[in-house]
Amino acid sequence: MQSQMKESDPILEVENLSASTDNLPILKGVSLTVYPGEIHAIMGRNGCGKSTLSKIIAGHPSYNITNGDIKFLGENINSLEPEERAQSGIFLGFQYPIEIPGVSNLEFLRVSTNARRKFLNKEELDTFDFEELVKEKLEIVKMDHAFLSRSVNQGFSGGEKKRNEILQMALLEPKIAILDETDSGLDIDALRIVASGIKKISNEQTGIILITHYQRLLDEIEPNFVHVMSDGQIIKTGESDLALELEKKGYEWTDNFIKET
Amino acid sequence: MVNENLVKGVVKEPYKYGFVTDIETEKIAKGLNEDVIRLISRKKEEPKYLLDFRLKAFKKWQKMKEPDWAGLGYKQIDYQDIIYYSAPKQKEKISSLDEVDPKLLETFDKLGIPLTEQKKLTNVAVDAVFDSVSIATTFREELAEHGVIFCSISEAVKNHSDLIEKYLGTVVPASDNYFAALNSAVFSDGSFVYIPKGVTCPMDLSSYFRINSGDSGQFERTLIIAEESSSVSYLEGCTAPMFDTNTLHAAVVELIALDDASIKYSTVQNWYAGDEEGIGGIFNFVTKRGKCLGKRSKISWSQVETGSAITWKYPSCLLLGEESVGEFYSVALTNNLQQADTGTKMIHIGPKTKSTIVSKGISAGNSKNSYRGLVKMGTKAKGSRNYSQCDSMLIGDQASANTFPYIKSQQPNSEIEHEASTCRISEDQLFYLQSRGIEFEEAVSMMVSGFCRDVFNQLPMEFAAEADKLLALKLEGSVG
Repeated sequence: MQSQMKESDPILEVENLSASTDNLPILKGVSLTVYPGEIHAIMGRNGCGKSTLSKIIAGHPSYNITNGDIKFLGENINSLEPEERAQSGIFLGFQYPIEIPGVSNLEFLRVSTNARRKFLNKEELDTFDFEELVKEKLEIVKMDHAFLSRSVNQGFSGGEKKRNEILQMALLEPKIAILDETDSGLDIDALRIVASGIKKISNEQTGIILITHYQRLLDEIEPNFVHVMSDGQIIKTGESDLALELEKKGYEWTDNFIKET
Repeated sequence: MVNENLVKGVVKEPYKYGFVTDIETEKIAKGLNEDVIRLISRKKEEPKYLLDFRLKAFKKWQKMKEPDWAGLGYKQIDYQDIIYYSAPKQKEKISSLDEVDPKLLETFDKLGIPLTEQKKLTNVAVDAVFDSVSIATTFREELAEHGVIFCSISEAVKNHSDLIEKYLGTVVPASDNYFAALNSAVFSDGSFVYIPKGVTCPMDLSSYFRINSGDSGQFERTLIIAEESSSVSYLEGCTAPMFDTNTLHAAVVELIALDDASIKYSTVQNWYAGDEEGIGGIFNFVTKRGKCLGKRSKISWSQVETGSAITWKYPSCLLLGEESVGEFYSVALTNNLQQADTGTKMIHIGPKTKSTIVSKGISAGNSKNSYRGLVKMGTKAKGSRNYSQCDSMLIGDQASANTFPYIKSQQPNSEIEHEASTCRISEDQLFYLQSRGIEFEEAVSMMVSGFCRDVFNQLPMEFAAEADKLLALKLEGSVG
């Protein structure tokens, strides 16, 4: 399976990446390569650097890259603005989607979709055409049309916020989606909806990185690779059974790997 | 706190109305005394009652002290160093637009206010005021067919003297405050509107105020009278060139609404604000007040204040008539070293009167932005209600926002509601929008317009779009 995928070029290459915030090192040499069609899971204790890794790939301004490179479709993106990364096809699903009072969700989705379409040299959509498109995508996450007229994420329940993230992913059709604990705070039904949404949106051309603590998401979306992070490093990589083992033995089990390395 | 690197690349849009029109002007000598006032009055060929009005105001002004309660920081104004009358030289009597100096027409063209017959705005009648005088008023004949009078106040003094004598100074008396007294003594021009009984004004009326000369003050005076069951929507726009000195603008606006009449008064104020170091800019010290004299009358103020080095104004409503309604919708944006102290006074005098206040203050850079307002329920204001909402948004960590709501109630059977909030555009919110492909500047402007939506919804259509753009422009490069 692996060799077959690697006939194409990688979507994302993280090479020996180190990064800090306020002079505090968070990432200490992370390497990760994602090929089209691959699903990677990243697991690890809170504070191990999982979310930081996802934010740095998306271009969060609070972090400084101190060493290493991030390449997207072969190009170094270390110095690109977050919006440039998003337009070119990098998507970050937030662990805690941000509330933006006063900005209508519909308008936000439309402006954002058009920014991506402009990059792809596709025609930008007016409000009517966008309505059509968004209706279709709402189906994927089983969201009610009423969500669109509310302010972005404001007053949304935890599950609604996460579904709104997947709706954005569906509209933006990214090359790679990094989903940061998209499963946290979801009940079983919502988890299924979100998982099936992710599966519908992704295909052989896209890559997915799932950051999660729980096996239950990985039961729905089976990863090709599972990485375990600890203290800013990937300390072990395996296939989907690694997650099962981790679930059984807990993160304490992984402490031994640190000693090994 | 927002990463400064993000904004470094952003080009700051210069103030695009900062040009000066090179035109020969008739100016009187600097300084203020009784003779100057007599001279202004003589130049305008005013009747005696008006000269007396001016002289009385001047006497009062001399006894008054410049107020300092707003705590605004500015260099003392030397009132003897200001020119009180400045007018572009043109033919004595102008019978049509063709006789107006092309340079003046060109100026207003450049400001987006074409006046000539071929190009004039189709849905709005405009009174264009340049320094101390009104240049032209469009659509006069069309309005006259409906009995609507729309002209410069100087003209109204000549042709509608009875109305001026009856109403001038009845809403804002000369003794009201220091700057109102000054204005009453030296006012030069401004707009006059009269809507007769039962008439709904067929189009929006608008005045465009342009300060051109650097060393003269602008003291315009506007008077709007809406007779029984009439209604009018009036818009006001302001710009000025960039000078490194401060120019004083002390206007007075008086509105009068009789039974069942309604006046909607919208302002987009974009006077030159001074540069990033706070050099130059207009001192905008304005008294605006409306009197809901009649039963069920309504006065609604909406304002977008983005310019001026200092803005100091409180468009207010005196609610006398039973069931009369006062409204105040305001967006005040300050950047760099601008200061704004603005708000409203809703004085409930009659029974069952209602007022609504929605104020949105946005402070960026090192600016100071305050809401100051008074809601007063008089002894007879039984069954009256007020609702106030004052929200502040801070951009960056050097700006300040204050809210000073004063509430006085002498009527137990009345309701006053006040809500206030302060928020800050956070780095996380910006990153969220950016991570969806939305450009940094657009992200800021989306959030700011979202914040102002309640007020923008109250503006006439073309003004709302303009206001949105203006805000985005003003904020360019401010998030750091």
